Amino acid sequence: MDTIFEGLKKAIVMLVTLDADIYRITLFTLKVSGLATLISLAISLPAAFFIAIKEFPGKNFLISLANLGMGLPPTVVGLWVCLLLWRSGPLGRLRLIYTPTAIVIAQTVIATPVILALVTAALQQVDKKLRLHIMSLGATPLQMLFLMAKEARYSILAAVIAGFGAIVSEVGASMMVGGNIAGYTRVLTTAIVLETSKGNFEDALALSFILLLMAYLGTMALTYLQQRRHEDEYGN
Amino acid sequence: MNTVIEGKDIMVRIRGKELLDVKKIGLKKGEIFAVIGPNGAGKSTLLRVMALLQVPQRGEIYFKGEKITQKERIRIRRKMAVVFQEPLFLNDTVIENIALGLRIRGIKHREAIERAKYWLERFKVEKLSNRWARSLSGGEAQRVSLARAFALEPEVLFLDEPFSNLDVFIRESLIADFFEVLKTTGITTFFITHDLEEVMLFANRVMVLMGGKVVQEGTPQELLENPKTDELKRFIQAWERFKFKMLRML
Repeated sequence: MDTIFEGLKKAIVMLVTLDADIYRITLFTLKVSGLATLISLAISLPAAFFIAIKEFPGKNFLISLANLGMGLPPTVVGLWVCLLLWRSGPLGRLRLIYTPTAIVIAQTVIATPVILALVTAALQQVDKKLRLHIMSLGATPLQMLFLMAKEARYSILAAVIAGFGAIVSEVGASMMVGGNIAGYTRVLTTAIVLETSKGNFEDALALSFILLLMAYLGTMALTYLQQRRHEDEYGN
Repeated sequence: MNTVIEGKDIMVRIRGKELLDVKKIGLKKGEIFAVIGPNGAGKSTLLRVMALLQVPQRGEIYFKGEKITQKERIRIRRKMAVVFQEPLFLNDTVIENIALGLRIRGIKHREAIERAKYWLERFKVEKLSNRWARSLSGGEAQRVSLARAFALEPEVLFLDEPFSNLDVFIRESLIADFFEVLKTTGITTFFITHDLEEVMLFANRVMVLMGGKVVQEGTPQELLENPKTDELKRFIQAWERFKFKMLRML
């Protein structure tokens, strides 16, 4: 119990005293996971739109693959990306292994199925008749995508939070492809693993509280938006 | 009169079942063309095909004499407007929903809002302007839906039984206002209904559709006085019996 209390105290001290290492790791974590989330969204949105509105052979198979991908173990992704980027691997010439880019690639692979599956479900829930209405207004496919995304914006936001949550909390892939190099590829989760392995439980706990705080801020933003929508719909 | 929109040899088949087989259909400029028939006759399918919202398995659509290719569908669709039986809106205010079709056409937001306001006034629902569109009652929603269609200033207006889900009092006042607007704008109108009364009120010409096939085409008067098939005779008699019963109930 004392260790938890000390860890919490240390987290507050680190945040209040603007501990340089902590801020660097936190900002780096946000940057890497934020970029991977954005790339995943950019891939998922048009793909989900296509899957949601088009009928084609193998559609259900594709959706089931995305759903399966939601449970993709980060260590497995880490291994695949590691083998791809390894110096003797197919993309070895790019010299990306143990770089922030490698972490972004691995995290994008993890987040994409999560966001794709959830955004597809969100767009599929937009009333088919409403799609016909939008079409009758003369919308181009791009305008249709924009309007459908706007219509499903809260569910899409939830998908983004879920995708971000999945990668900001993963450790296996970041460790394997990033190498946990201090000041270069160290993220919050890999720093927690390192501190725990060194027996620095207070530091590890402090980092875990900061990670939790980040997750909470994301959830709070989503809740705020959802509540605002409720107010809008009933005009109160 | 010039033909504005025309369909030739239209066939729609879904899961092996033929839903529609119409050899020729054409709307002349400024006319009000009704399609009538029982439920499942293929009326809505025909409307979707003519409004370029559904691609038929066979057949072509012509706009002002020009065959509409796949590439031109959106451009021509922007010369049309559709009012559906069930008015659906995006998760936004009434005014933004009306302005949406204009925004899609590249009209600036301010101008789109001004035009939307004008049409809300024409349909006597200007007070609903800032209401959340999905919170409207059935009658209000259909008025807004009509305002949205007219705001696009279409060359052809398609109506898919827009008055069928309304109670009798709302329906009566909405039909009166709608007819007044339609008369002053003179827009070529294609409307489908299963109500002969609406045909008698509005239509210059009527086409009867049964089982996906055209049974008769002519003026509403011709239809009433000289129904060509026994099935159509029964349909008209059923409508007259229903009307008589309704009158006795009042």
